[in-house]
Formats: sequence, C-alpha cells, structure tokens
Amino acid sequence: MTTMQKLLQLPVNAVNIVKTVQSQVQGQEEDKSPVLTPDGGQQTWYNALQPDELRHLRSGGSGGGFGGGGGGGGGDQEERAVLEEGGGSFQSQPLRHDDLKEMLDSNKDSLKLEAMKRIVAMVARGKNASDLFPAVVKNVACKNIEVKKLVYVYLVRYAEEQQDLALLSISTFQRGLKDPNQLIRASALRVLSSIRVTIIVPIMMLAIKEAASDMSPYVRKTAAHAIPKLYSLDPEQKDQLIEVIEKLLADKTTLVAGSVVMAFEEVCPERIDLIHKNYRKLCNLLIDVEEWGQVVIINMLTRYARTQFLNPNINESLLEEGGGGEKTFYGSEEETDEDDEDKDKKAEVATMAKRKPYVMDPDHRLLLRNTKPLLQSRNAAVVMAVAQLYFHLAPKAEVGVIAKALVRLLRSHSEVQYVVLQNVATMTIKRRGMFEPYLKSFYIRSTDPTQIKVLKLEVLTNLANETNISTILREFQTYIKSMDKDFVAATIQAIGRCATNIGEVRDTCLNGLVQLLSNRDELVVAESVVVIKKLLQMQPEKHSDIIKHMAKLIDNIQVPMARASILWLIGEYCEHVPKISPDVLRKMAKSFTNEEDIVKLQIINLAAKLYLTNSKQTKLLTQYVLNLAKYDQNYDIRDRARFIRQLIVPTEKSGALSKYAKKLFLALKPAPVLESPFKDRDHFQLGSLSHLLNAKAGGYQELPDWPEAAPDPSVRNVEVPEWTKCSSREKRKEKKVEKPFYSDSEGESGPTESADSESDSANGSESVSGSEASGSGSESEESEEGSESEEEEEEDEEDEEKDKKKKKKELKKKPVQESESEQSSEEEERKPERKSKPRKSDSETESDDEEESESESSQSESDESESEAEVKKKKKAAQSKPPAKPVKTDGKKEKKEMSLLDLDDFEPAPSPQVTPVNSFLSSSLVTDLEGLSLSDSVLSPATIAPSSALKSYELLHRITGEGLSVEYCFSRQPFSPDANMVAVQIQFTNNATSDTKNLHMEDVKLQSGMRVKEFPEIELLPAGETTTAVMGIDFCDSTQAANFQLCTHTRKFFVSIQPPVGELMRPIFLTENEFKKEQGQLMGMNEITERLTLDVKCRNEHTIVQRVTTAANLSRVPCGSDKECSPPVPPPPPDHPVHRFAGRTVTSSSLVLVTVATKAEGAAQLTVNCEKMVIGTMLVKDILQALTQ
Amino acid sequence: MGPTEMIHSLFLINHTGDIFLEKHWKSVISRSVCDYFLEVKEKAVEPENVPPVLQTPHHYLISIYRDKLFFLSVIQTEVPPLFVIEFLHRVADTFQDYFGECSESIIKDNVVTVYELLEEMLDNGFPLATESNVLKEMIKPPTILRSVVNTLTGSSNVGDKLPTGQLSNIPWRRAGVKYTNNEAYFDVIEEIDAILDKSGMTVFAEIQGVIEACTRLSGMPDLTLSFMNPRLLDDVSFHPCVRFKRWEAERVLSFIPPDGNFTLMTYHVSAQNLVAIPVYVKQNISFFETGSCGRLDITIGPKQTMGKMVEGLMVTVHMPKAVLSVNLTASQGNYTYDLATKVLVWDIGKLNPQKLPNLRGTLSVQSGAPTPEENPALDIKMKIQQLAISGLKVNRLDMYGEKYKPFKGVKYMTKAGKFQVRT
Repeated sequence: MTTMQKLLQLPVNAVNIVKTVQSQVQGQEEDKSPVLTPDGGQQTWYNALQPDELRHLRSGGSGGGFGGGGGGGGGDQEERAVLEEGGGSFQSQPLRHDDLKEMLDSNKDSLKLEAMKRIVAMVARGKNASDLFPAVVKNVACKNIEVKKLVYVYLVRYAEEQQDLALLSISTFQRGLKDPNQLIRASALRVLSSIRVTIIVPIMMLAIKEAASDMSPYVRKTAAHAIPKLYSLDPEQKDQLIEVIEKLLADKTTLVAGSVVMAFEEVCPERIDLIHKNYRKLCNLLIDVEEWGQVVIINMLTRYARTQFLNPNINESLLEEGGGGEKTFYGSEEETDEDDEDKDKKAEVATMAKRKPYVMDPDHRLLLRNTKPLLQSRNAAVVMAVAQLYFHLAPKAEVGVIAKALVRLLRSHSEVQYVVLQNVATMTIKRRGMFEPYLKSFYIRSTDPTQIKVLKLEVLTNLANETNISTILREFQTYIKSMDKDFVAATIQAIGRCATNIGEVRDTCLNGLVQLLSNRDELVVAESVVVIKKLLQMQPEKHSDIIKHMAKLIDNIQVPMARASILWLIGEYCEHVPKISPDVLRKMAKSFTNEEDIVKLQIINLAAKLYLTNSKQTKLLTQYVLNLAKYDQNYDIRDRARFIRQLIVPTEKSGALSKYAKKLFLALKPAPVLESPFKDRDHFQLGSLSHLLNAKAGGYQELPDWPEAAPDPSVRNVEVPEWTKCSSREKRKEKKVEKPFYSDSEGESGPTESADSESDSANGSESVSGSEASGSGSESEESEEGSESEEEEEEDEEDEEKDKKKKKKELKKKPVQESESEQSSEEEERKPERKSKPRKSDSETESDDEEESESESSQSESDESESEAEVKKKKKAAQSKPPAKPVKTDGKKEKKEMSLLDLDDFEPAPSPQVTPVNSFLSSSLVTDLEGLSLSDSVLSPATIAPSSALKSYELLHRITGEGLSVEYCFSRQPFSPDANMVAVQIQFTNNATSDTKNLHMEDVKLQSGMRVKEFPEIELLPAGETTTAVMGIDFCDSTQAANFQLCTHTRKFFVSIQPPVGELMRPIFLTENEFKKEQGQLMGMNEITERLTLDVKCRNEHTIVQRVTTAANLSRVPCGSDKECSPPVPPPPPDHPVHRFAGRTVTSSSLVLVTVATKAEGAAQLTVNCEKMVIGTMLVKDILQALTQ
Repeated sequence: MGPTEMIHSLFLINHTGDIFLEKHWKSVISRSVCDYFLEVKEKAVEPENVPPVLQTPHHYLISIYRDKLFFLSVIQTEVPPLFVIEFLHRVADTFQDYFGECSESIIKDNVVTVYELLEEMLDNGFPLATESNVLKEMIKPPTILRSVVNTLTGSSNVGDKLPTGQLSNIPWRRAGVKYTNNEAYFDVIEEIDAILDKSGMTVFAEIQGVIEACTRLSGMPDLTLSFMNPRLLDDVSFHPCVRFKRWEAERVLSFIPPDGNFTLMTYHVSAQNLVAIPVYVKQNISFFETGSCGRLDITIGPKQTMGKMVEGLMVTVHMPKAVLSVNLTASQGNYTYDLATKVLVWDIGKLNPQKLPNLRGTLSVQSGAPTPEENPALDIKMKIQQLAISGLKVNRLDMYGEKYKPFKGVKYMTKAGKFQVRT
C-alpha cells in the first residue's frame, strides 16, 4: 500500500471511528442535515438536535453571550457564564467544552458560529482548546462562510497536535481544489498547505503542482505561498519544489511575482541561475507588484546584480587604493574630471582604467532605473530596499538620490526611524557627502527616545567635517545640557570623536570638555575625563596643565572609570607633572581598599610607573600599595601586584625582564582611534536584520563581492517570442491580456544609457534632438514633456521681473496657446490627428503608412511589458507623429502634441459648450444626391479598411469595461447604408481573461433628429482578441453626443460618441472660381474671420494643408492662377499663398468653405464661410488651434 | 529555514506587560519568549525607549509601541526589520480603521474579528492582504447596527461575497462601489517642524505636508489632481494608486482612488523656501540656587500668520524631575501639571493678537535636590485653518472614466508638527 492509498483511505476509517463514538453518545438518529454533506452522504456526523434541546442551547448560548459582543470577554466573565449555563451547579472545564461541542454539533449555523467564536477567543488568549478538535473539524465543510473560516483558523492552529484527526478535513480541501471558483480553489490550497501534517506531503505536492498551472493568477500566487510551507514541512521535496518555482518564476503576472520570489528566497536562494531568464521581466513588473513583494524582489535582485555585473565604482575604488585622499561625494562626479584634476598622481591607475573602460551593463542600468521610482513608496520597507540597492549597486555619483527618501522616513514612527538611522549611520561613513545637505534633519529633539538620540548623534558625528563642525559643536553644546544623562554621555563621546577626526577643532573641543569637568553632574564629568584622556594621549606635552587640573579632580570624582582614567593619565605622563603625581599616589594608597577594581589596577600601574621614574619619593608608597594588593580579594589584582613586584623591584630571583621594565611600562602608547561602531558594517546587506544586529542572523544570505569579470550577459536574453516578429496588431493584443496596470517601463531589450541620461537630466528641455532617434521613445518623450510643463510653471509663478525676457520670447512663439490654456484640454481633444489625404497625394500617404508601420514594429518589442494606457499612448504617438516631416522636426511642437495625447487617455469624450441646434432636419434630395455622387467619386469603396492613421477616441476604458476596451474613430469613409450618416469605426479589444459574447447596442438616446445605424452584433470576442465594427450616426450637423448602451452578455455600459465638428462634413471638389463664387454668397453673418500667427513649424504649404485637413474633413481647392478671375484685391505675393478648402456638412449638405491666407512673418488670416453659423464658429476654433500649435 | 520566513508569531502586550492576544502563523511558539522583551521593558524608563529589535537565544523580537500597546512579533531568521515594523504598523492601522481605536479593551471586545483579520493579513508569515479595501470585502467592520442584527439573526461579519479585490490589478479599490452623492474631498495638511533656540532664532525648520483624501465615488473614477505650484514639492511619497510616471513627467497626480479615506501623498517642501514661523514665544524659565524655587514666564504672540487665526494653541513642558509643583496664572486658557510625569500642559486655544496669552508664576523645587541646570524645552501645538503655509495650492481636480459630476472639495490646514522651543 503506498502512502497515497493510505491517505485516501484514512479519512474514511477515521470517519468510522468518530461515527461509532458519536452514535454511542447521541443515539441513533441519522438525520438529514441540510447543511453538510461532507463525504457524499456521510451525514452521520451531523446529528440534528431535538427542538427543545435546541431551545435550551440557544438560551444558554445567548445567555453566555459574554458581554464583550465578539464572544470573547475576559476570563472571569466566561467563568461566570459557565456557572449560569450550568444552572448553578459546579461544572468543571471539560463540561464547558461539552457544551461547546453540543453547539458545534447542532445544525443551526448561529449556534455553531457562537461556539466557534468562543473557541477562537480562547485560542487568541492562548488557552488550550485542543480537546475540541474532533467537534470542530467536522464543521470544516460547513456552508456558512464565517463558521468555515473560523474552523480553518482553528484547524491550522491545532492540526499539528492532532494529526490523525486533521486528516478528516483533507478530502474537503481536495474537493475545494477542484472548485470552479478561483477564490475557493485558492482558499482550499491555502488551508491545506497550512496544515503541518507530514503525512499529507504528497497531497500537498500534487496540489501545488496543479495550482501552479492554474488559469487563475490568484491560485498560482497561492501556490507560490504554499511552497515554503511544504518545504519547511519536508525539505526532501526541495528538488520538486524548485521545478515548481522555476515554472512560476516564468509567470508574467504581478500577482505572482512577489510570492514566487519569496518562495525562491526561502527554498533555493543559491539557485541564482533561475533568475537569469526572468530578470528583465521582474525589473519591468516591479512597480506593479504589491509592496511586500517589491521588498523581497528588490533584495533578491541586489544579490543577483552583485553576482552578474561589474562594480560600477571599480575605477574609483582603484583610485582610493592608489593613495588618493578622501574624496567628497559630490565633489567630482565624473571619472574624467578626477583624472584631469590629479593627473600625475593617478596616471598609472588611469591607464589601468583605460585599459578596461567600464561600461555599465544595460541590465544593470535597467534595475537601477526601474527601482528608482519606488523611493517614493509610502512603505518604509520598500524605500529602504531601494536605498540599500542603490547603496550596494549604483555608481557613486548616483547614490545621492536615496538620501532624500531616507531622510523622509525620519518623519515616520520611531521604530522606523530607529532602523533607518542605523542604516544611515553606516552609509554616512562611506558616503558622507550625500547626507550633508540634510544635516539639520538629524538634529535632536528633547522628546526623541534615547536610542534615537544616540543614533542621530552618531550620524551627526559621521557627518562632521571642517566646514560644518562649528555648527555641529554648537548643537552639541545644547545636548550636553539635556536631562537625559545617557544621551549627554554619548554627546561627550561624540565631541571626542569630532576632536580626533578634525584636527582644527581639537583644542576647542578639549577646552570645552575641560569646562565640563566643573559640571555638577558627575556622570558628565566622568565621561569627559574618559574622553579627555583619549584626546590628551594624542599630544600630551602641550597639555600638562589639563593633566594637573584633572589630578585635582580625583578628590571629587567618584565614578570608577573616570578615576581610573585620571590615574592612568598621571602615571603615563608623570614626567609632565612630577610634583603632583607622588602626592596623588599617596592619596590613593590611603583609599586603596575602598576603591573599585578598575581603580585599584590603575593605582598599581601608577605606583609602578612612578617607582620606575621617581623611585626616591615613591618607593615606600609603592611597596605599601603592592602589599595591600597582595591580599586583595580579587585575584586579578593579586596577580597584577605579584607580577609588577617581580618586574620592577630587582631581586636576585628576578630575571632578565626587569631590565626592560621601564621600556615595558613607559613605552609610547599609540593614541586610541575613536571610530564609529558602524564602521565596516556595510559588509552586511543594508536594511537587513543582520546589519542591524551587526551579527549574522540565521538564513542571512551574504552579499557577494562583485565579480572580477562580468559573467555572460546573454544568459538574460529571452528568446524572442513569435508575436514580436509579426507586427500584426491582433497578435500583439493577445499578449496584453495580463498586462500590469501601472508599469510602463520600456521594453525588455530597450534599456540604453542614452535614454536614461535623458530622463535624468531635469532641465534638458532644450536638448531634445534624440527623442525620435532613440528606440525607447516613450520615456524620453515623457521626460521632455515634464521639463516642458515645468517651464510653463515657471512662467506662472516666477516673479515676472526675472522672466520677462524669456516670456517675450515665448510669447512670440505661442501667443494663442497661453490664452487658451483654460479650455485647451477640451479643445485639443477635438483636433483629429490626421486626415486621409486628397486623392492626389495618394502616393505620399502610402509612404507615410509604411513609415508608421515601421515605427510601430520597432516598438512592438517594448510594448510587451507596458501597461495598457501606455500602449495606447504610444500607439497614438505613433499615429500622431506627422509623417515624413520636413527635416527640421520641431521638438517643442512635438512635445505639445504628446501632452495633448496624454490627456486623451483620460478624457473619453470632449464636451464643447454648444447650444443645441435642432434645425438641421431639412435636407433636400438634391443636396443629398450631390453629396453622394461627389463622395463616391472621390472616396474609396465602402469596405472600410482599418486605418491606423485616424485619431481614435476612447469609448470605454479597460477598467470601466472590466477588461473590455473600446475605441472609436471617424473613418471619413462614406457610410454606405445611409449617406447622411457619419461612419464611426469602433474597435473592441477584450483584455479580460474570459470571452465576451453578444456585443451589441441598446437603448440609444439621441437628440431629436439624430439617427443611428447600429453595428451588427458581435457574437463572440474571445479573450485577448480585437475586432472592429462600423456604425453610422446622423449627428444632424451638430456636435451633440450620441448616447447608448454597449451591452455584453453580462454587462451594460453607458457610452457616448461625440464628434469633433470637423467630422461632420465631407470633402467636395470645387475649382477656385466656384469657390470664390460660393464664398461671395456666404458673406456677412455667415463669414467668420480670425487673424492668427502661424505656428513656427506650420508655415509651409504642406503643413498648413495637412493640419487643416486633419482638423476637418475637407478637400483642398486646387490653387489655379489667381488670374483666372478678376481679383477684387491685388494678388498676394507668390510667397504668401492662399489656401482654400471646401466641404459640405453630412446631413444638410451646407457648404463649408475655409480660406487660409498667409501673410508675412507667419501672420495669417483664417476665414470660414458656412451658413450653419454654429458649425462655422466651432470650425474656426478648431482650425485656429491646429494652425497655431 | 530560509531567509524570508518572516513573521512567525504575534503577541499583543499592554503597557503593564500582560500578554492578551497571541497569534501564530506557523508552529506555536510559547509565550515565554516574551520574557526577554518584558525584562527589557521593565528596565526602560519610558516604553518608547525599548529598542524595537531584540535578540534572544533562538529568536528575534521585533516590536512596535502604538497606543499604549506593544505589538511584538517573533522572527526566527533574517528578515528586513523595516518589513516587519511596517507590517505591524499596518496591523495597528487596520485595527484603528476597523474599530475606531486601537486599545486593549476594543481588541478584546472584537477578538474574533481581530483574529480573522490577522489570518487574512499574513499567510505563513508573509503579508497577503493588507489593503483595507480588500479586507473590508472579506471581513466587514463591526457597527453597532450590525452587531445587533448579528445577535438576532446569527449572521456574520464575514463578507459572503468573495473578495474580488484581491484578484484585481488595483487591489486598493473595491469593485462595484455605488453612491447616491458622489464626493471627493482633499485635505492639504502641512506641519511645521521646527527647532527655535532660546533667543527665538530658527535653528531648523521645514514643512512636511500630507494630502488626506476622502473619496466616495461610484464606479471606477480616474482622477487627476494638479497643483498651481508643484515645484514647491521637493520630496514626495505616494499611495500606490498614484501613477509615478505621470507625476515625473507632468507633475500631476493621476490615480484611481481607493474607496473611502486614504493618504494620497506626503510631501516635503523644498528647503530653499524659507519657512514662515507663525508664532513667536517669549519665555523665561529659571531656577534659583537658593530657596528651592523657580520662575516661569511664557508669552506667545503671532509672527507670520498670513492674516489667519491661530487656533488650538497648546504648550507642553516636560519639567525636570525635581519640580514638585507649580503655581501659575494663565491670562488665557487653562494649565495642568501632572505631578507623576512632570508634564505641564497649557491649553490656550485661539491666539488673540490684541491680548497675548501669558503664563507666569513660580515653580517649587524639591528641597535639597540640585537645582536643575537645563531648562525644559517647550513643545508648541497649533492649528491654522484655510492656510497651507508653504503656499501650495491645488489647481484643479478632474475626473475621467465616469459620467456623473462629483462634488469636489479642497481644504487647507497648517499645524505645528514637531515644534520645539529650546529654553
């Protein structure tokens, strides 16, 4: 019989045991419990109670409701309850439990719940409730969720102690593992794996394996959590578990990432090779992982990076070894600078560095870049994790960024401060410069807890240098007056350390400390003595008066350490104070027997030294002291006395050593080095428990040293998945199904130094050249945007005086834009990005498309790891990039466009304030026909090819749509079923994990006169797929929204489509003469004229035409010679052409005529003639905007 | 076993040293492990002085002190201490959120809910669900009404819906939120941390701000909050809902908010900006060598208040241990002196610029005890409504993704943070 078989049988046997017991107690009733059917008809466990029994129990139950409400209450309360229940009789502990058992056996959920609450309250208080196990475990399959949860709590707590009975519950969980609901599967696995019963190891293993390939990421996450549990239960399973870990590491969801890395760290932290293939993915997912997972991943990646990349500070560390003095941190960031600065000194090293120039691995850079934003996390553990990563991995010049974040944590709870300060203390030793700007943040308040004060002091001391020492000393002076004497003592030591480290202030410090010697507080004096002793040791000859002063103190100071220090000083420098020292010895000899041991030892030392230098005066005293010491209780002192006597008093017995006594005792002693207790603590990974304790904690993984030579970086290459090769949109969409929400880092292969440096430079707004060239477009572009917006803010808030000049310049550039800034977001919204060109330029359009697809495919790789929103943005960016731009691409303009697009993401429908106009109903057949014929002749066949060139608008956001995202665009194709309708092309993307069915429209709400031709129902949209449909809307020549419900088989979403005014028309062909004739009839109220200054980049014919046709669906009137007709005005000079565009509104076929007359220096005049005044007004606005940006 | 075994057990200990709750996520560890901690706690003068990390022969004890309670976790192996500390605070926050306070009695009263919460928050010692919105889906917070209903019907606090929030990409927001009144409130609260020296000179001053939000919005609103002057913000940290990249690029806060109350961001105002100190303090505290007494005289006046009223003014003085009693007169407000803790509190209220509040009188010092040599520092508390002292202003709040028009409100407040006057 295999273990497995045994297992499967065991529950049944156990059930039988329990059954017999039960039936003996409870009698024969095998009742129909409506609640539970655990093992297919094994209902015998759950005997129904008789009604009167129930009543009794209920009153008992609620009577013992334990005032506390939650069923807990204090211990005595419970005792009282027991008495009540027992009807005043003396009932013992087990009987009370019987009562609980009965409640648990009832078929009333409320009774069970009450019982479980009381049991859990017992467990919480640490009371033993193990004898209830059989009664509780039966309820494991209870339908009531709260009962079930409490049973789980109990089960996990006691299963270890009641292994056999715990097995009863296993089958329930095994069934749960197969449940169609992912949450139930996960919960079953969670509890099953928490039951620490060795015999179920195979079952757990099987369950974990299965769950690891579950469809639901949540279940897979739970599987990852279960791995360490199983491992601690049975380490033998390691190999199998590693397989599961390997599988889960490949998981692409953020939900799983943190948990599986946690399992990895627990089970096989040494298998760093498993990370290679997942490294980039983990870096990219990081920002979306939950906080706790982030900590684990960052710590692991720190270790990983230490094994895989080269030390970015390799040159610097060489320089330091090469005898370079202390380097300030901010002083010289660039290696080259350093080389320039001290060429001669480091010539050798420099050549060495040149031989092997350091280039940071892009993957190393990727890690640094993707962790950096997490410094802004609200979770202190995450911030600390990033900080330690930077400290251990970043080039020296970049570590500075962490200081600000760490200083921020000092505002947090005192426990957080404590840990952060420990780490800052270690950091300040190696990288003092980065915390120097925050010196004042470490100032101490009288209300800080002592351990915080001491740590802050440590940091302040580490930060002290020649420039700030006076400030720091002034601050220290305040601290010395503190009531917290431990803190004062620490301050005095800190002063001592500053004095030893900074020669300039040594005398000042010493004087200050000497003043403290007259302090009334003995502790202060004592500590000062100790520190002064150390300082004097550095230059004793200069300070004999201080030594004298201290010799006088011996009468008053009682603190042993201080007395000992003074005695040592006098002995050591007895030659500087020849007169006083014998007298001191005399006094000490008198008090010898009453002194502390350390003082006694120093008295003996003093005696010995004086005997050696001044035996005449002190011989007798010395002998007296040594005799006293000979009979001291402490054998250290006896030994010392014996040893010294032999050494200094020459007898016939004494050996050769006594000749050297003077040398031995009066040798020059090196001054003590006062150094930080945090020195060299950084060999522990910062932020770790081991670092904090300065001792290796169990399970600590050493931070490896950098490798000499970088291991093969190609191990991290991931085989290019098939889909990246084809640029088909559908294919890519599939991959987006489980996209992280916020992470928008670049693609896995994309990280480059250049991109990063660009994003880093805060004010790189002027240098924008690289944006198009660099493959990883999005980030660099975004960063430019940032600097742009910053610039704008400057304009807003900076005092005008200063900026006037600048402003003037900018005013020139974009006069309109500023005035519009209020409504711009809405306005810009309506500006369609591009328009299919008139037929003539067909070839051009084609080539544009080609380019576009190219740029898209180049981005396709990076798309993989991007959030949906980001992808969208990018897509739009690709679309919006004016194709085949004239050589000089204007950075500014492009930035502007980007920000517009950005807003699009979040503003699904523009809402211009237009008064509703309902008078568009009349449409004559003639104009209809005219429109039809014209458009037919101009435009392509009715089949609508998906065109990426059109600006798309969001109809339904992915989040709102629960996975379904819908975008629409105005395809500018005639809508064949009804020529009076505007064709709207809708693109559906199913981002959810399940299929969407029966996509259709319902409940269309329209303004009067408007009509809609619905799109045909889409029966099935499989998960990850994208499809398009076309609908027609007759907007009645108004920009009012068409509201309707978008329905799936499960949900309905209210959506609305609102057209930009430019989409309400279709192009018509007019000759210039016809145009002028028509224009002549649309004067007065029907003509609107605006003066404008063209955008600098919009001053050539091509761009103007392009922008106007993008803004509105019009066609250009071919510019024949103006001579054709007799011009009323003199013809404009040839370099100031007039552009004309014509179209008709879709519904009423009213003519729309647009004229752009350019003038000198970018000035222009825009004229719109249209009998629909509202349309005319709005169109002017839109075109104006298109031309001025 | 491994390095990330994390939190093994949790003990809740009150300030007198009674262990009143224990929870184990793995095998049971005897509560005697707490003895090491209790020993240290006994020695510490103040509970705050207990080091948060202690080492015992077989375990490490990491503890936090919150609301007069110790949350003590037992660790067996290497784990980032901040990880544990941050988690313990999150536990305390959750209790606070659920029960309105985090005290021994309230935890005892709600022990079952507490246990259920702890069960969900950690799995095998590793944090599982710590977002309050997710927890509330699974375990409903107790309300008076519900507990009455529960006792009558025997129904439960456990949500019978499955916690879908855990599955979401945005775990901080519950799905299917619906309100009849949609509202979003943002409180910009700035605290002035300052140390002033004896003469009133600013030794150190900075402004720390926080934006507390309360959003009751239906559906999945996507909010964008922008500032008039975001350049003021030097260092920021965000709730996980805020999109980092958007902030970096445009200096706007773009986020899908959690439902209910949350801290949207905290910030630090850049050091270049001079910090306006709203009040000045004239003080004279002196102890005489003879006669075992001292004198105290404190006057507070407005300095840079931007024309706003200073309210909630309160001065706290931790007197030297030798000060037995005080005999003072306050021209405004009341004062109390706690003989046991030696804390003098002067609750002033509103600051009237016409009639400056003054507190003066004598301090009697224990006879025979040495005259205190250090004067106690004054801790000042105050509030200024409708003012963000840094000048930060919210520009606009836009909502996308939902059709309704929410009610939006922004409130500003300035408070004294760690505001200390040395004497």
